[in-house]
Amino acid sequence: MPVLEVRNLTINLPTEDGIVQAARDVSFEVEQGEFFGIAGESGSGKSVLTQAIMGLLPNAEMTGEIRFQGVDLLTRTPSQIREIRGAKIGMIFQDPLSSLNPYYTIGSQITEMIHTHERVSRLVAKRRAIEMLERVGISNAASRFDSYPHQFSGGMRQRVMIAMAVVLGPPLLIADEPTTALDVTVQQQIISLINEMRRERGTTVVMITHDLALLASVADHVMVMYAGQRMEIGRSEALFAEPAHPYTAGLLKSSPAHYTPGSALVPIPGRPPSLIDLPAGCAFRARCADAREPCTRSPPLRLFDDGTQSLCWLEAAPQREMPAQPTITVPADTEKTHIRPARVIEALDVRLTYHFGGFFKASHSLDVLKGIDLELYKGETLGLVGESGCGKSTFARVLAGLIPATSGSVTFEGHDLSTLTHRQWREMRKRVQLVFQDPFGSLNPRRRVSSIIGEPLRIHGIGSGSDRKRAVQGLMETVGLNPEHYNRFPAEFSGGQRQRIGIARALALHPELIIFDEPVSALDVSIQAQVLNLMRQLQTDLNLTYLFISHDLAVVRHVCDHIAVMKNGRIVELADAESIYTNPQDPYTRELIAASFHEPRGGTTGKRRLVTAHAEGIA
Amino acid sequence: MSNFLAKRLLFSASVLFALSLFVFLLFYIAPGDPARVIAGDKATELQLVQIRSNLGLDRPIYEQYLQFVGKALQGDLGFSYRSQQPVAKLIVTRIPATVSLVIGGVIFWLLIGIPIGIMSARDPGGWRDRLGQTIILVGLSFPTFVLGMLSLYVFYFLPRQAGFTLFPPGGYAPFLKDPLIWAWHLVLPWTTLALVTAAIYARLTRGNLLQVMGEDYIRTARAKGLSERAVLLRHGLRSTLTPLVTQLGADIAFLLGGAIVIEQIYGLQGVGALAVQAVQNQDRPIIIGVVMLGGLFIVITNIVVDLLYAVLDPRIRH
Repeated sequence: MPVLEVRNLTINLPTEDGIVQAARDVSFEVEQGEFFGIAGESGSGKSVLTQAIMGLLPNAEMTGEIRFQGVDLLTRTPSQIREIRGAKIGMIFQDPLSSLNPYYTIGSQITEMIHTHERVSRLVAKRRAIEMLERVGISNAASRFDSYPHQFSGGMRQRVMIAMAVVLGPPLLIADEPTTALDVTVQQQIISLINEMRRERGTTVVMITHDLALLASVADHVMVMYAGQRMEIGRSEALFAEPAHPYTAGLLKSSPAHYTPGSALVPIPGRPPSLIDLPAGCAFRARCADAREPCTRSPPLRLFDDGTQSLCWLEAAPQREMPAQPTITVPADTEKTHIRPARVIEALDVRLTYHFGGFFKASHSLDVLKGIDLELYKGETLGLVGESGCGKSTFARVLAGLIPATSGSVTFEGHDLSTLTHRQWREMRKRVQLVFQDPFGSLNPRRRVSSIIGEPLRIHGIGSGSDRKRAVQGLMETVGLNPEHYNRFPAEFSGGQRQRIGIARALALHPELIIFDEPVSALDVSIQAQVLNLMRQLQTDLNLTYLFISHDLAVVRHVCDHIAVMKNGRIVELADAESIYTNPQDPYTRELIAASFHEPRGGTTGKRRLVTAHAEGIA
Repeated sequence: MSNFLAKRLLFSASVLFALSLFVFLLFYIAPGDPARVIAGDKATELQLVQIRSNLGLDRPIYEQYLQFVGKALQGDLGFSYRSQQPVAKLIVTRIPATVSLVIGGVIFWLLIGIPIGIMSARDPGGWRDRLGQTIILVGLSFPTFVLGMLSLYVFYFLPRQAGFTLFPPGGYAPFLKDPLIWAWHLVLPWTTLALVTAAIYARLTRGNLLQVMGEDYIRTARAKGLSERAVLLRHGLRSTLTPLVTQLGADIAFLLGGAIVIEQIYGLQGVGALAVQAVQNQDRPIIIGVVMLGGLFIVITNIVVDLLYAVLDPRIRH
């Protein structure tokens, strides 16, 4: 008997705007001890699915069956489901900082789980919690028992979440994007830990992610969801080796982890449809390169002889050539050596030290940047890579002149930043622009797109009235936004579009240098590639210089000429992009590379054959 | 921590200095002759000169100020123009009534406000929320003096006419003499103060709870299998304590400086009543004294609230 069996599940969520069809006729089975992956972009309905399993959707209208250990959860009362939650089904969420209560110690949050479901003494609960913390790799677990979540790093917090989720030994563990908020080096550790828990305790794992490639090395079966529908399901090896559905293929190609030198990332164009107003026929049609006439009708369910099922008119896996060359050609090296481009920015022995305390108590200081040398030439892209807390964002702010360096010098276009007059500084502000990570947090939600993009023009008194409007609309066109959406608010755009707004704002003053601070790490992989390709396009068209900050080497590799690897306030390795990959010198660089690329489990299943096609499709 | 405290104390002291300077200058600029107030209309010019000289009013303003500060630091706030009593002593005798009023009021309004807020937040948009919202709206729009008069009419005047005494019309009985009589005298002021203030706390609790209930860690608590009640009380309410303490600090500080309207209605001889009398009598030393006392309370409660933050929020602690 499968641990979890979902049959024809349809979830409708009534909202003010209409009924959100979060899931339509989804079926899957998860066997005992299996690692089951669910992949899809934001808005594909995958998280709603898990909330439905946990009974956390009080207002939803649901039909179908969710059988857990043979019992249909949809027929249980709320209090019966509460007994299952935590005790029988453990959950791990995306952001371990916000998912742990900041007001309670981690120990008390774990023992709370135990006390909720079992009658044990406080001492026993504490002992079990400490054992569990030790098991998930928290050193000095006994003394860390009374620590608060903010006293742990992101990876450690996620370990605490895992300890909490498995402390009662639930038969099923659901992990909803457990690594998305973490550094790449930590991501692999967390996935390995979840996998170890599964092996040790026979726990069944359902893991949800937008990055299909993450599942390659661990999942037994994978289900790919789109617009609330199951697009493809099958054994992991088959799915990764030969995706049957064009959407699965698209997700794989857009993942930077699957980058092969000489190829461009292939984004899935457009974005997922609104779940309130779904198009007739195949939901993926509008973004599908293989779309043809029959796709306007509901696609049939294809069953292949290796067990793969695909909701598509295609009878065989989509076979398309990967573009052999990047669409934008980088000038050859020979040209570069002949005409040395102008130096845009130069940092010499930049140091930054923060001082704390003082007055009555002995002060202490923290060295954030420990002597960094860096040069950046016109038209170049330099990647600055390192884990959170290595000082890369701080260094970028020093380069942009937003934080003065404690010692050392930063020279921008020949001017030392520390000696700039007020007027020169304003001029420099036009030439250096920043694009930030979180396209949700970095745009003022109460201002229209027009005034967000036009703000740099307003601040520097450039143009007015209709001139400025035309300039802003031109910028929107440049970054691939519809200029007619001039008067909309940021909330009306998707994550990828918002990042385009951020880029348009940065372009407004025709800057020389744009500093991108983790520009795509908050975006789905399928959308990341769109933004990365836009950045490259703009660079060739406008001859821009980029500084690209990221924690993910795979992303950086796609866009950078040179890469600097940063650790603890120092640059440990600086080389051109390909040689960093082919011949990394520093052990830390090797660690980062290993973390960024996941090889799918080997062995293709050979040519598969179509067995049946259920032509009735989905109503 | 000690470093933080030292900084705060230093800052507080400078705030009080600035306040004293401001109040002092205000009276210097303001019209009116203290000597005339003290001596009365029939006083001769000679008497006025003598009084000014005795009080040091003929000396330059900075000398007067320095003298005031010097004495104030030793706890001497001067003498009342009217009664010739030491201001410090006058104020100290008024503090018990005001403190008693505030302590009881705080307990009452928290007991009324927070449960209403929780009730509202438990089902936003439902009938309990609408009932709670109505109570909040009524409480916020009722002036203190109307509610005070009304309660006196219902709980004192009507029973009196029927021939018995349910509650006294006002006044203050010392706590140490008989706590029961003390409380009996204060029940009406407490409830009046609580009813007009509780609305703010209900709204604050509701708003914060609704916000917190959307947090990720509430989802975690639900995923643990906790009952909705435990989720709300243990995980939700915990984080609303910080904004509640902030509001409470401001309210307590403000009221300790004199709950003017309530003290007037119920004839409580508190700091607020003293201030009202002093203003009517143009009794400058008392007014300055009361203002400085109010400033002191605000500065102290601010420090206490900041320290409480550290107790309540582990992220602020080091």
